[in-house]
Amino acid sequence: MKAYDVVIIGSGAIGTSIARELSRYRLRIALLEKEEELAFGVSKSNSGIIHPGTQNPPYSLKGRLCVQGNLLIRKISKELGVDFKEVGELIVGFSEDDTRELLRIKKEAEMLGVQGLRLVDSLWLKENEPNLNREAIGALYAPSAGIISPYRLVYDLAENAVRNGVEIYNGTEAVGITRTGGYFDVETSRQMFKARYLINAAGLFADDVSRMLGIDDFKIMPRKGEEFILDRKKENLTRRLIFPLPSRVSKGVLIIKTADGNPMIGPTAEDVEDKQDTSTSDSGLNKILLSARRLVPSINDKDIIAYFAGLRPAAGDDFIIRHERKAPGFINVAGMQSPGLTASPAIALLVCSILRDNGLGLKKKFIFHASRKKTVHLFAIPLSTAKKLIKKDPSYGDIVCRCEMVSAKEVRNAVRRGARTMDGVKFRTRAQSGRCHGSFCATRIMKIIAEERKLSMMDITKRGKGSEIIKGGGCLISD
Amino acid sequence: MIKRDLVIVGGGPAGMAAAVSAYNSGLKDILLLERDQYLGGILNQCIHTGFGINYFKEILTGPEYADRFIEKLKNMPGIEVSLKSIVVKLTDDRIVTFLSPGRMETVKAKAVIMATGCREKTREMVHIQGTRPAGIFSAGLAQKLINIEGLLPGREVVVVGSGDIGLIMARRFALEGAKVKAIIEIQKEARGLLRNMAQCVDDFEIPVYYSHKISRIYGKDRVEKVSVLKVDDDFKEIPGSLFEIRCDTVLMSVGLIPENELIEAAGVEIKGSETSIPGIFVCGNSFKIYDMVDAVTEDSFLTGRLAAQYLSGPAGRRARRLTGPDKG
Repeated sequence: MKAYDVVIIGSGAIGTSIARELSRYRLRIALLEKEEELAFGVSKSNSGIIHPGTQNPPYSLKGRLCVQGNLLIRKISKELGVDFKEVGELIVGFSEDDTRELLRIKKEAEMLGVQGLRLVDSLWLKENEPNLNREAIGALYAPSAGIISPYRLVYDLAENAVRNGVEIYNGTEAVGITRTGGYFDVETSRQMFKARYLINAAGLFADDVSRMLGIDDFKIMPRKGEEFILDRKKENLTRRLIFPLPSRVSKGVLIIKTADGNPMIGPTAEDVEDKQDTSTSDSGLNKILLSARRLVPSINDKDIIAYFAGLRPAAGDDFIIRHERKAPGFINVAGMQSPGLTASPAIALLVCSILRDNGLGLKKKFIFHASRKKTVHLFAIPLSTAKKLIKKDPSYGDIVCRCEMVSAKEVRNAVRRGARTMDGVKFRTRAQSGRCHGSFCATRIMKIIAEERKLSMMDITKRGKGSEIIKGGGCLISD
Repeated sequence: MIKRDLVIVGGGPAGMAAAVSAYNSGLKDILLLERDQYLGGILNQCIHTGFGINYFKEILTGPEYADRFIEKLKNMPGIEVSLKSIVVKLTDDRIVTFLSPGRMETVKAKAVIMATGCREKTREMVHIQGTRPAGIFSAGLAQKLINIEGLLPGREVVVVGSGDIGLIMARRFALEGAKVKAIIEIQKEARGLLRNMAQCVDDFEIPVYYSHKISRIYGKDRVEKVSVLKVDDDFKEIPGSLFEIRCDTVLMSVGLIPENELIEAAGVEIKGSETSIPGIFVCGNSFKIYDMVDAVTEDSFLTGRLAAQYLSGPAGRRARRLTGPDKG
């Protein structure tokens, strides 16, 4: 059995942020992920918004960590070469009552330390957001809001963590934990892991993991959010993130700008029982269209090219980040709903200090590789730069995905960097995420994965075992 | 920057026909750009017969039909074919940028014919809700997997829509031993050609549900079933008509859309086979969706001639002056 100083369960934005932060220190660290691909739990359906810190109760843990995370993410994204864009956000009001509410939000956010907030009037909106509903009488403008690709952030955090010595185990699900002689024995679907400290960043399944150690005082209540992605042609539908006034359970249906260029509308907020229910519905679509058109009336459902649903791992109102005295060395990092992504770098720091307070020696490594070489995405660079790249490496000119302009080189790179499945390639490169949804390029991508991973075409999956693209036989002839 | 009289974007039936006719009309400086590794476009994966009945008065397969034109092009020295060459940018002053392994080129053309074909509508475009497991294919992708790669992607198939590719793929799956459980068509009648209904559906006794739609797809990792609803004349759901079909594969054949993103991005509007910019033409399925390749050929011949006429006319002479002397 392999022994580690720290084992982290869950490789979403939270787990990988913690792993990368801890990789600065002289520690043996393992990161376990039950899915075939990293980020394929909650993080892959994250909206990618880096919140400014508004709409959080003052004195809340998540509010404080959000404001801190908003600052930290800028440095981290630079180090890792992930594109972060500070696009700003508007919370839009339609009545005098709304304006009062916006003022209240502004005051609360300022107590949390959110900078640069100001109220803008309808004239400003008309000039700066021409597609916004003209009935809006004003908005709260938060310039420090931004966007990032949540999954590319996870992949780059993970890659950097590995560079600094972290071991990552995909397809490795924790199924039982025992604590003996000051160590945790983590039994998984693959092998046993021994750990002095155990961090639970298992997202939707954090309550199940915690229960393995007898700590069952919180329950993850999955809250489903359906989101609809618009064609990249509509990239400039709005210049900023557009929010309605928040309700008690959610921030409402938003007009979201994404790091990929496609605007997104959503999400819904619906409590569900099933932690795997990521189905979308007609009622979800109708609800979103209705709410989104209240903000931007010109939104056309013909521009929808894709949709998905994600589950927020809610556990009460605030984040749960704490050392469990009942199982010394066990740290729960649970309830990571919005603004979990924004807060993730701050959460990582907080977890480090909790570990230190509970006896883990954090000695800095002699060499920590803080930065990594930015991943090349042809769609994100000017053609003149692409030309130089193609000269250097011909396979950058061999385009696999015509809709999103992704080359064979990028697909191959993604597989070498860890993509194991078709969706893994999609989330890393955007190949298959455009208008044709992979109709033209799927076979080519299957071949590249098969070649690189020495697999048969029959073994290529969409997102892990059971989702083979080619459905073979496998049952005996009966009738 | 390279200079050419005529650049044709797309080496499928439309692009090849346009190239042949432009050449026969006197143009001898033509660059034909094809993104794939061979000419022929989608014809290459259409290994069934039924092509060429009107134009060649013969019954050909897709690759055979394409081959007739590939042979013609071989004997036309004024046409340069560049394979694995994907156009990434077109401007309204007819500058074409393309990528291919090892190089990026910019071509200044006196005339451009866009023949970039079409793509299939996806499940998302017709808003079918439910889960997103493996096993949902466009009919064209399934065709490529079976006919080009030799892989049968599923065993129990439901086809959504009665477009021609869907009908042909229903037969293909049936021939290869898969069970085609249903074709679901929201309209009151078939969308595909009558002969395909007879040869692909009736002959294989595949059930067709007209005035029905798929309301939901189920399955976590792989498609497990679909639910189906009957609709009235206004496509409204008829209460109580819901039933389910177990299947592992859903084929989408709900229509085709011209691929015009390059033209749109250049700010060029399509007006018939010509455009708002003199010297930029469109033909084939990127102009409008055709039922038969024979008609694509006929119309694209015309577009090739139009481009040649344009270049020999006053506008063309002006374009020539603007582009400078013939390529040197």
